[in-house]
Amino acid sequence: MAIEILMPALSPTMEEGTLAKWLVKEGDTVASGDILAEIETDKATMEFEAVDEGTIGKILIEEGTEGVKVNTPIAVMLEDGENADDIGSASSSATPAEEPAKAEKKEKPKEPAAEGHKQPEPDVTPDWPDGTKLKQQTVREALRDGMSEEMRRDDSIFLMGEEVAEYQGAYKISQGMLDEFGNKRVIDTPITEHGFAGIGVGAAFGGLRPIVEFMTFNFAMQAIDQIINSAAKTLYMSGGQMGAPMVFRGPNGAAARVGAQHSQDYAAWYMQVPGLKVAMPYSASDYKGLIKTAIRDPNPVIFLENEILYGRSFDVPDLEDYTVPFGKARIWREGDDVTIVSFGIGMSYALEAAEKLADEGINAEVIDLRTLRPMDTGAILKSVKKTNRLVTVEEGWPQGSVGSYISSIVMQEAFDYLDAPVINCTGKDVPMPYAANLEKHALVTTKEVIEAAKKVTYK
Amino acid sequence: MAAKKSTKKPNVSAEELKAYYKDMLLIRRFEEKAGQLYGMGLIGGFCHLYIGQEAVVVGLEATAEEGDKRITSYRDHGHMLACGMDPNGVMAELTGREGGYSKGKGGSMHMFSKEKHFYGGHGIVAAQVPLGAGLAFSDKYKDNGRVTFTYFGDGAANQGQVYETFNMAALWKLPCIFVIENNQYAMGTSQQRSTSSAEIWERGKAFGIPGEAVDGMDVLAVKAAGETAVAHCRSGEGPYILEIKTYRYRGHSMSDPAKYRSREEVQKMRDERDPIEAVRSLLLEGKHATEDDLKAIDKEIKKIVNASADFAKESPEPHLDELWTDIYATEVPQEA
Repeated sequence: MAIEILMPALSPTMEEGTLAKWLVKEGDTVASGDILAEIETDKATMEFEAVDEGTIGKILIEEGTEGVKVNTPIAVMLEDGENADDIGSASSSATPAEEPAKAEKKEKPKEPAAEGHKQPEPDVTPDWPDGTKLKQQTVREALRDGMSEEMRRDDSIFLMGEEVAEYQGAYKISQGMLDEFGNKRVIDTPITEHGFAGIGVGAAFGGLRPIVEFMTFNFAMQAIDQIINSAAKTLYMSGGQMGAPMVFRGPNGAAARVGAQHSQDYAAWYMQVPGLKVAMPYSASDYKGLIKTAIRDPNPVIFLENEILYGRSFDVPDLEDYTVPFGKARIWREGDDVTIVSFGIGMSYALEAAEKLADEGINAEVIDLRTLRPMDTGAILKSVKKTNRLVTVEEGWPQGSVGSYISSIVMQEAFDYLDAPVINCTGKDVPMPYAANLEKHALVTTKEVIEAAKKVTYK
Repeated sequence: MAAKKSTKKPNVSAEELKAYYKDMLLIRRFEEKAGQLYGMGLIGGFCHLYIGQEAVVVGLEATAEEGDKRITSYRDHGHMLACGMDPNGVMAELTGREGGYSKGKGGSMHMFSKEKHFYGGHGIVAAQVPLGAGLAFSDKYKDNGRVTFTYFGDGAANQGQVYETFNMAALWKLPCIFVIENNQYAMGTSQQRSTSSAEIWERGKAFGIPGEAVDGMDVLAVKAAGETAVAHCRSGEGPYILEIKTYRYRGHSMSDPAKYRSREEVQKMRDERDPIEAVRSLLLEGKHATEDDLKAIDKEIKKIVNASADFAKESPEPHLDELWTDIYATEVPQEA
């Protein structure tokens, strides 16, 4: 049967084009791959090749014709043994893009509640049972213990990064781990973030559970393509066949006097990415409980630590297997007058401010989000409905901050409960300066949090 | 360290030769059909065809064993067909349908098969190189004797992460075969205009990685070089580089008019070096097959390809609920 040759689409956006020139004439024999015509799209002149073998029976559109719609028959090709009489019986070489069998069009895709902000009642159960024995530990020790416990449990877990093994960790987080687990599982990498992040993701594809340590998250910008494009998106792009169960961890945000390139808070960046989970703990018990949960999670987790917090001590429950679930905020202090929401080192300012506010008779409720994705917005909303006032605290920059996201959620879900505009206390909108006085001023301060709390309570 | 273009020819049986012919022809016809469906608006976005490069994947797949892994760039249809993935599933992914390998959510550049150990299909030039080394890392960690074929192009060979990966792969002796598919053009920029070295594989010498250049239009030469590379990796000696000199007949993607090279250059390649024609001649001249045998193969391939196109047209679009699935895993997919 004769075959119709159709006007092709030759770019992602082409709807029509000019048939600039025929390179074959009626009666010519063509083979697959032969150039039939030149076609002008909006961008370029393209060569159009034959897909089937045969003889050009009839040219239907003359060269020079403009505005030829995609899928219009432009010629008829005869196969072996056919002649011009068969032209009338021509059928398209394939039927033009008929409407595909549509999935039920009217149905709106169902956004799963758990991934959105319409959270059910927040989980307010205590993190550990009453009467649990507690011990004082630094964040550094708690983090190491959490990783080590998981590595004892599952030998597909390994730790890789710069100076994690023989040097015992640039910040001594992995102290003693090389001795316990050996150099197969505690691996010093060269200074090559993009490369080793990619190797880590590949190892996760291959069935291992990598913990990739960045000496700081500032250096992870070298690797961000592998974190976002390879780790976060593969599960989706593969239709659920494979993903990257792994942890990227390291200190994040300002340390002290290390200048602009070593002092950035990435919380808001990573929080934006579907496919990633993001934890940013404050206390030692949360460092321990959340790193264990992060390692067990079957998704890529960004675990944002803080250098200043590493040396701080907190109560840690003395339990054999202590974990903290993702998406569950912790209320550090209950109060009725104003809600202060923070996470990571921002909690230092929030708690200090709450203490001083209490002296002045303002009772702040202080919420530590602990994880930013998933985020326990239910806990924020519940508190705001009680206090009617909200202040957010973070060290990151103001535009596109975690606080601005929280503000939008509260505006949409609890607008009628607000008695004052939400205030976002953030780092200043400048690269981090080196000078001691300027640096102090660039960071969010306790004083600013107190002022914000007073402003929203009109005191 | 091997230094010259491989001239080794493996002894292959007539049956193997016929199989290579068939596998290469399947890729060629599949890609022509994909081009046609693109022209009809059934395939959208970017579509990078593999026509001309068929001998590379077919020659190397002939050296792979069950459990070996492969990963490549966005010019990936040939790799998927060569490792045994179902043409229906690949074509239906190209048309963005439910029956596609990624349920229509990946497209031409993002397809995977856990079952066939095919790890993508990656759209960012050279990102698959450290990923491939990471797959090899997982095999070495498990000490399972598997190797990973990590494919990338001459264009990707100028990305920094390739050399970060070479360094670590050599340092840690990862069982990774770096396959540089040198088709001479990084999109529209020729190797001469983009790459300081004439022989890209020689860059491996700086890291102590052995390698060789291979005639990529000769499936038997590719197979022979592949055997050397696989043996090296499997014996625990670390990575190996194959720079396979090949040629793509079509533009970089469907919307590339390919004005950076002459029509004569392409035609000369097609006429004189076509990898499929070469095997066809070997089969006929060696009296391993008759014209009729080959016609029968052609017919069989055409049937498979037409069936894949029909499947890809008939498979429904993904259900709208698919928008919200596969963002987070609830359990870890276990490695086969």
